[in-house]
Amino acid sequence: MTENDFYLSIEREIGEIDPGTLKADMAFNEIPNWSSMHFLIIIALCDIEYGVKVTGEDFKKCKTLGDLYAVVKAKR
Amino acid sequence: MGVKIVHISTAFPNKEFTNSEYFSLFPEQKDNPNLAKIGIESRKIVETETASDLAIDAAQKLVSDMGVSIDIFDFLIFCSPDLDFHTPATASYIHGQLNLEENCGAIDITHGCSGFLYSLSIAKALIESGQCENILLLNASAGTKKIHSNDKAGRYLFGDGAAATWVSSSDVNSIGNFQLCTRGKSYNKIIIKSGGMRHPLDSNSGHPKIDQFGNITSDNTLFMDNVSVFHFSMEVVPALIKEVLSKNKLSFEEIDYFVFHQANGYLLELLRKKMNIENDRFINDIRNIGNTVSATIPIALAQLFQNNQNLEGKIILLAGFGTGLSWGGTIIRL
Repeated sequence: MTENDFYLSIEREIGEIDPGTLKADMAFNEIPNWSSMHFLIIIALCDIEYGVKVTGEDFKKCKTLGDLYAVVKAKR
Repeated sequence: MGVKIVHISTAFPNKEFTNSEYFSLFPEQKDNPNLAKIGIESRKIVETETASDLAIDAAQKLVSDMGVSIDIFDFLIFCSPDLDFHTPATASYIHGQLNLEENCGAIDITHGCSGFLYSLSIAKALIESGQCENILLLNASAGTKKIHSNDKAGRYLFGDGAAATWVSSSDVNSIGNFQLCTRGKSYNKIIIKSGGMRHPLDSNSGHPKIDQFGNITSDNTLFMDNVSVFHFSMEVVPALIKEVLSKNKLSFEEIDYFVFHQANGYLLELLRKKMNIENDRFINDIRNIGNTVSATIPIALAQLFQNNQNLEGKIILLAGFGTGLSWGGTIIRL
């Protein structure tokens, strides 16, 4: 899993986001129409595609997509 | 002695709450294409009715559909977290409204999303032990009354409804062995905290709590820790299926239909993919109903029975999971 692949997979799952939009320094609430549904989609993606259980506590510590990538990478 | 499900009838409130109405209340959600993944377009919601009112409607439909007298039932189980009173049992109120015989016992079971499995297992045990012959099992939800009016997630997800299931003694045993589980340490992952003896209602109970996504709850409305519940479901349901198959000496391939608690369409689809269940064996039937808590499984079964004429000999695996946290499963042979 490269960092770029990780962001591309989130873009694919969320949909309606142009490829390459998501960047490491992007805060979650900068994702277009950010909602609890997007949050669950990302949690599900981490579980199913990367085999990583991202908890609510993990997520609270993440400010940006790059922070989340670091969590997933560390837990794999 | 065998036990079987004779028939299931359902009832819903008259008021419909469509996605259009939802988007008029929460216009910012209109631009969220991912909401469609939940698979709900409309729900029926209560206005002044209670869960017991819906359960009574379903019971009256059941006796009408089957052309039998209500007197045939010698036990009543009302399964719902939405009770009418602190005491007596809501089942007692229903018993009176249905004019059931005095030698017909009546109890409440307050389980939510796993409630059909828990209540069906007790119905089966009462019949197998020779105490009863015909049980009226009522699963109902009026849970939308307990959702904060500004809880965007809750108001999208939940609907109200009831199912009346006739469980009877039989020459053939068509209800299989159960697996019933509880993770009591996670009791607070799906909770309405205030209003009982541990946290009585006070002036702070209704104080709004806003999460990072703008969903508003309070201590006297439903709170659900979505991330924990998601991980819980993805962990326990696949294991539950394996255990139910093992307890009933069946293989995965022998199951004709999988009917899970209809929590939400997105979670169901993830579970289906995780367990490699083909679409035509998996029931995801939430579009015009929403999540009706303890009633989702019998409502989905009733729809399955209605939409498929030739189900004789089919084997259905049932799985419920949710508040408690609790989960359970069994199989039924038609």
